[in-house]
Amino acid sequence: MAQTIIFLILAVIILGCGILAVTTKRIMHAATYLMFVLFGTAGLYFLMGYTFLASVQVMVYAGGVVVLYIFALMLTGRQDKKDNHSVSLAKKFAALVATLCGAGLFLFIIVSHRFAENMLTAPSEQTTSVKLIGQQLLSSDKFGYLLPFEVVSILLLACIIGSLIIARKR
Amino acid sequence: MFDFSIISKWFHSLLTGFIPEWLAIGIECLIVLLFIIILYAILAIALIYLERKICAFFQCRIGPNRVGKWGLLQVFADVFKMLSKEIIKMRQSDKLLHDMAPFFVLLASFLTFACIPWNKGLQILDFNVGLFFFIAISGIGVIGILLAGWASHSKYPMIGAMRSGAQLISYELSIGMTMLTMLLLCGTMQLSEIVQQQADYGWNIVRGHVPAVLAFIIYLIAGNAECNRGPFDLPEAESELTAGYHTEYSGMGFGFFYLAEYLNMFICGAMAATVFLGGWSPIYFPGLDGFNTVMGYIPGFVWFFGKAFFVVFLLMWIRWTYPRLRIDQLLSLEWKYLMPISMFNIILMALVVCFGLTL
Repeated sequence: MAQTIIFLILAVIILGCGILAVTTKRIMHAATYLMFVLFGTAGLYFLMGYTFLASVQVMVYAGGVVVLYIFALMLTGRQDKKDNHSVSLAKKFAALVATLCGAGLFLFIIVSHRFAENMLTAPSEQTTSVKLIGQQLLSSDKFGYLLPFEVVSILLLACIIGSLIIARKR
Repeated sequence: MFDFSIISKWFHSLLTGFIPEWLAIGIECLIVLLFIIILYAILAIALIYLERKICAFFQCRIGPNRVGKWGLLQVFADVFKMLSKEIIKMRQSDKLLHDMAPFFVLLASFLTFACIPWNKGLQILDFNVGLFFFIAISGIGVIGILLAGWASHSKYPMIGAMRSGAQLISYELSIGMTMLTMLLLCGTMQLSEIVQQQADYGWNIVRGHVPAVLAFIIYLIAGNAECNRGPFDLPEAESELTAGYHTEYSGMGFGFFYLAEYLNMFICGAMAATVFLGGWSPIYFPGLDGFNTVMGYIPGFVWFFGKAFFVVFLLMWIRWTYPRLRIDQLLSLEWKYLMPISMFNIILMALVVCFGLTL
């Protein structure tokens, strides 16, 4: 019962803020609503007992990505003035195709899988411990994640080198 | 040591005796919320009074002494003044974000406040990644400051918010690194277990000796910067930016920022007490049994508050001693000195733990 009430509150927050983030005209408001959506998702993870995943969600998305968005928006100046520039037909068509593809994929996933209701009714912190995550991340066994981990670190290294080259003084 | 969870379990079984469990949990949540808000207000009053008095003593003044005995009612007078002020709305400001920004800062402050272990079994949020959650949630405060600066549509708040963004994001790294260092020593991220270990085997700052002391010093510096205080109060440097990111706030909008700043200082002190100085665990010397039993009779929350306020005093001491840094000095202190030192410190701590050199 308590689970269902909290789930409904979180679902309303996520859906409402998601719609607002898309429909609002001001870009800073959109970033703020997006942050509420990400918080709501973190709340869902907490509800399911995945505390580590929820903390990562708060750390990476709310504390990292949204802060970067806001920082970048602050640096690029404000474009609050309403400019009703017309959208070309090709763009409208592309947007329609993208929307239909996204909706199709979403519906396919929903129809082909069943909802795991028992995930919500039986939360447990023992589902995935941090120790297990750490060992899986650095193990080179059959189901280990060492290779993806190293590939991601190469990506980050490329990002660091790229930013250094852009920012260096001549 | 008295275990507070006996009382909370008894209360829970009492409630579930005559109402369904979800309603009982709801009522308990409301009680906890009330508890947090009341404690938050009391601590804010105590801290603001302490700050004014300590600041006065460092500057060879007397401090507030007119309102009430020893100026004890000064803070209440300030709060009433702030509540009765006119709230000024700017035409150019982004109203929604301008009104919302103080609440982000408060939200981060409240959520980190809820992580603190007050006594054995007296803790609101306690799960297996408590320390990580604490670091993650404290990062939300910077969003409030950035939005406050942006929504004010004015140049001083904008500059203040820019500075604070750079400062908070940089110094968060050092906090994370020192926490990782202590994590290596503890081997767990659950805050209640970290304190329990220290109650059993001795305080972390003693057990981890050299790297732990180094981490404690780095934590104090970075913590002071995270609270926008001390020599690092660039975002609100009053001589250059009027009041920085909260220049355009009046009445309680400003009051919330002020409140969150003081409580963040307390939270910083409380986390230092929890991770380094043993939280609610009393002081023990091996061999002195009589002394140890006497110390064991002092309740845990007294120990906890004593340690937390000791660290708060250290932070205030730093604040009123050093002059303000320049922004380039501030950033080079973090990126060129504190970060490399704390990275080296992690390796040192790993070696100490690996070779079993802990005390």
